[in-house]
Amino acid sequence: MLPDLHGFGPALAAGTLMTIKLALSALSLGLVLGLLGALAKTSPYKPLQWVGGSYSTIVRGVPELLWVLLIYFGTVNLMRGLGEWFGNPELELSAFAAGSIALGLCFGAYATEVFRGALLAIPRGHSEAGHTLGLSKGRIFWRLIMPQMWRIALPGLGNLFMILMKDTALISVIGLEEIMRRSQIAVTSSKEPFTFYLVAAFIYLSLTVIAMVGLSIMEKRANRGFRRAMA
Amino acid sequence: MNWELIIKWLPRLAEGALLTLELVGIAVIAGLLLALPLGIARASRHWYVRAFSYGYIFFFRGTPLLVQLFLVYYGVAQFEAIRQGPLWPYLRDPYWCAVLTLTLHTAAYIAEILRGAIQAVPHGEVEAARALGMSRAQALLHVILPRAARIGLPAYSNEVILMLKASALASTITLLELTGMARTIIARTYLPVEIFFAAGMFYLLAAYVLVRGFRLLEQRLRVDACRSR
Repeated sequence: MLPDLHGFGPALAAGTLMTIKLALSALSLGLVLGLLGALAKTSPYKPLQWVGGSYSTIVRGVPELLWVLLIYFGTVNLMRGLGEWFGNPELELSAFAAGSIALGLCFGAYATEVFRGALLAIPRGHSEAGHTLGLSKGRIFWRLIMPQMWRIALPGLGNLFMILMKDTALISVIGLEEIMRRSQIAVTSSKEPFTFYLVAAFIYLSLTVIAMVGLSIMEKRANRGFRRAMA
Repeated sequence: MNWELIIKWLPRLAEGALLTLELVGIAVIAGLLLALPLGIARASRHWYVRAFSYGYIFFFRGTPLLVQLFLVYYGVAQFEAIRQGPLWPYLRDPYWCAVLTLTLHTAAYIAEILRGAIQAVPHGEVEAARALGMSRAQALLHVILPRAARIGLPAYSNEVILMLKASALASTITLLELTGMARTIIARTYLPVEIFFAAGMFYLLAAYVLVRGFRLLEQRLRVDACRSR
C-alpha cells in the first residue's frame, strides 16, 4: 500500500541523498572538532582547557536551530568582507556549507565529551610504555591512544550521529533541498501534508535503522579481540 | 556589536523566553505523566505490552522533531473528519500543536529513561518488598518507583535541557517563543548577529538555572546517598 506520491518520488530520493551528504560532511567536521576539543580539555595547559571547556559548554547550551540561523544569516557581512578582500564581493555561504558548519559545530561539542571520556578511560600505563619505548608524543597519540579510544568512543559517537541525522531536518529552514524541504515543496502542490510528512518520517526512520545496523557492525569490528567483563 | 539596540529589544526577547519556558514546562511535566505508563509497559514481561510502547518510542525517537511538528500542525488538516471534529479549535492553534508535539516527543525519551531506571533497581530490593508481603502494585508504588525516580533523575534533567533547546523548533510553526521572537526582531532590524547572540545568552542562562535547580533537587532527594555501590 504505497502512498500516491504524485510524481514526487524522485525529488524525495534526491532529497534523501542530500540529507546523507549533509550528515556525512557535518560528521567529518564534527569529528575533527570533537577530537581537538577533547585534546584541549585534557591538555595540561590552562588556557587550552578553558578554550575546550567553553566551546563544549556554550555550543551545547544553545539550540541547534539558533546556530543554523546564526551561521547562515550572521555571516553575510563577514563573507562579503572576505569576498572583497579576494575581489569577489558576491561571496556568501551556501545553505549546504552553513548547515554543515552549524551541525558539525554542535556534533563536535558533544563529541568533545565523548572523546574526553574515552581518553580518560585508557590506562596511563599505555602512554608511559610508549615513552619508555622512545616514541614521540604525536606517535604515542596516533599509534597507541587513538586506536583504543575509537573502540571506547564508538557507542557514544553512534548515538550522536543518530541525533545529527535527525538534526539535518533543521537545514530545511534555510532552504537546503533535503528531505524536509522537498516534502514541503511537494505539499504546496499536492495539498496532502499528512501523506508527505509521514513519508518523510519513514525515510528518516529507515535512515536511522540503516545507521543502527552499520554501527553495530562497526562496533563488532572494533571490539574484536575484546571480551566484555561480566558478560 | 550594537549594544544599545540589544538592550532596546531585551524586553521583547524576555517575552519570548517566557513563552519558551512555558512550552518546556508543560511538555516535560505532561511528558513525564505520559511516560510513566509507557516506561512501565516497556519494562513489562509480556511481549504485547512491550510492543506498543516499543513502537511508540521507536517512532518518536527515530524521526526528527521538525517532521513531527509539521505532521501535527500541517498534516492533520488533510483529514476532513478532524476539521469538522471537536478538537479542531486546538489543532488549528500553533500553541497547542507545539505543546502536544513536544509532549509526545519528550514522553518517548522519558519513557526510555524510566525503563532504564526501573531495570536498574537492584533485584534484591524488589524481592525484599515481595517477601514483606507487598503486592506487585504496592512494590511498584512504594519501592520500585521511588528508587527509579532517584536513579533516573540525572538523565531526566538532561532531557529537560534538551527540550529547552528543542523548543526552538516551535518558531517554525509561527510561534513567537525565544527563537521566533529573535527572528521577528531581525526581520525588522537586520541585526542577525546581535539579536541571535542575545537570544543565545537567554538560552544559556535558562540552561544554567535549570542545571543548578536540578542539582539542588538531587541534593534534597539525596540521590548520591542511595546510589548502589
